[in-house]
Amino acid sequence: MKTSRYNNLVVQTPEGVQFTNQLASPVSRCIALAVDIAIIWTVMSLVGTLVALMQWVSYDFAMAFYTLLYFVFNIGYFILLEMLWRGQTIGKRMMRLRVQDMHGLKLQPAQLVLRNLLRFVDSLPVLYFLGGAFAVLSKRSQRLGDLAAGTVVVRLPELALPVLNELSKNHFNSFREHPRLEALLRQRVPPEEAELALQSLRRRDEIDPIARTRLFRELAAHLRERVKFPEEITASMSDEQYVRNCVDSIYRAAK
Amino acid sequence: MILDVQKFITERRPDWEEFEAMLRHLEDDSRKYRFDVGEVRRFHYLYERIAADLTKLSAYAVEPQTRSYLESLVARGFGEMHGNGRRLPLVRSLINLVTAFPQAVRRHFAVFLMVLAIFGTGMVFGGLALALDETAKPVLMPFPHLLGDPSERVAEEEATAADADPMEGSKSTFSAFLMTHNTKVAIFTLALGMTFGIGTGILLFYNGVMIGAVMMDYVLAGESVFLAGWLLPHGSVEIPAILLAGQGGLLLGRTLLFARGRKSMGQRLLEIRGDLVVLTAGVAALLIWAGIVESFMSQYHEPILPYAVKISFGALQLTGLIAYLGLAGRGGENSVRET
Repeated sequence: MKTSRYNNLVVQTPEGVQFTNQLASPVSRCIALAVDIAIIWTVMSLVGTLVALMQWVSYDFAMAFYTLLYFVFNIGYFILLEMLWRGQTIGKRMMRLRVQDMHGLKLQPAQLVLRNLLRFVDSLPVLYFLGGAFAVLSKRSQRLGDLAAGTVVVRLPELALPVLNELSKNHFNSFREHPRLEALLRQRVPPEEAELALQSLRRRDEIDPIARTRLFRELAAHLRERVKFPEEITASMSDEQYVRNCVDSIYRAAK
Repeated sequence: MILDVQKFITERRPDWEEFEAMLRHLEDDSRKYRFDVGEVRRFHYLYERIAADLTKLSAYAVEPQTRSYLESLVARGFGEMHGNGRRLPLVRSLINLVTAFPQAVRRHFAVFLMVLAIFGTGMVFGGLALALDETAKPVLMPFPHLLGDPSERVAEEEATAADADPMEGSKSTFSAFLMTHNTKVAIFTLALGMTFGIGTGILLFYNGVMIGAVMMDYVLAGESVFLAGWLLPHGSVEIPAILLAGQGGLLLGRTLLFARGRKSMGQRLLEIRGDLVVLTAGVAALLIWAGIVESFMSQYHEPILPYAVKISFGALQLTGLIAYLGLAGRGGENSVRET
């Protein structure tokens, strides 16, 4: 197990396989915590209204009930939800975070109890300053409770399987009218370049707009050098569209 | 090697989907789904195949989406295969707690002796400080109801008790307040173990100072019987509970500080994790009882409740607690420590 400079936790299994978990940033954890605290506050406010009604029966009993419930709910909310939802609370679900064992193993109930009991120290002196400071300074973004319990908070990756035909779906490719040039393109573009163009298209929405424009300009220029398609169909075509047509022409034949 | 990613994904996809479906079954605790031997073998086979797929794809850096997907499958599969934690077996844990709690206390008895030493030193210091300088009272025990003359308080409490029930209409609220407040203090005492035990030590010493000063104040005023009748019924459980929380705190601090052989900090913490949770649960149970006793018994004085009854109750309770912590669960110390 090691941490990289990209704030990842790399776990190596006994079989020698490595997998990476992206550690949650202190800011996203802070937002998740704020959501959870807001939920606790809201629920207790509603319970407070009910308790106010119970006062008509017995003020003493109503106040005792509220005091105990407030305490149990404050501590139990995190422990119970993290046990039931495999390391998640409502706030963590919203932020796509999860508590996980530091070594990638299944969470033990004792770990969840301990990390949540130590919130008492992490929240010192106010607003989780101590825990937050530790999370910022720690290599694995662990607060004190995480250190003691051997847990980390990770970001959940998108689990969707890659879709193979998303690029050509509902897409008209004017290059198809020139099968000879398409064949030439497939012959002249090596697999590495084709893959590079394909991945650029797949990840285009993750790229900064200026970098995206520059990337596709360079790719299109490179592909134009490989094969020249007629001016009348490429004149009004954007660089990204040009690359997309090329990728479709190459991979359509490979299927 | 150039991998045909499209072909690779198409070919391997059925296995990945099958493995993911099996994972979903395992992860859904509400179904309590258990694999038969054939399914376990299939699960293991698929895990190994997918791990191999991940290794193959890791060398091919241009397919991050599939790699992330496979990483998540391997991570989830690894957790299911190597972790043994299921949902908290609540009822069984509570039953086990009856023996696991005293076992945990005895297992770290040396730490408990250290707690007694710190707390005892605080008591002696507090008692002597008050005996030598009565003006230090507001510093040693900063609670308004303790700052007056003990004899006057005793007379006032007994006079009030003769007229009416002093806790009428507030017993439950007071009891709930005591339970939650004392449990918070206990958890805090334990949690301060993360300051290498220094915070826990300070808290124990300070509590010792306060109790020592209060005891000395009442003894010097000739109110020893009232003091025993007031403190013993709940204090015989509450004070040991705080000391046991301190034991957890110092245990945590010691684990952080000392290597104990060649073990890493993670390994050392793993070894005591179960004991810390058991200690906390046991202490919380004691404090719930102490809260009830303090509210429903300790606050009643003569003539409502004779001091002899209160003192006898407290003494018996303390003896019972010592016997429980010393004897319960003997012989089962080597059983499973994680609850």
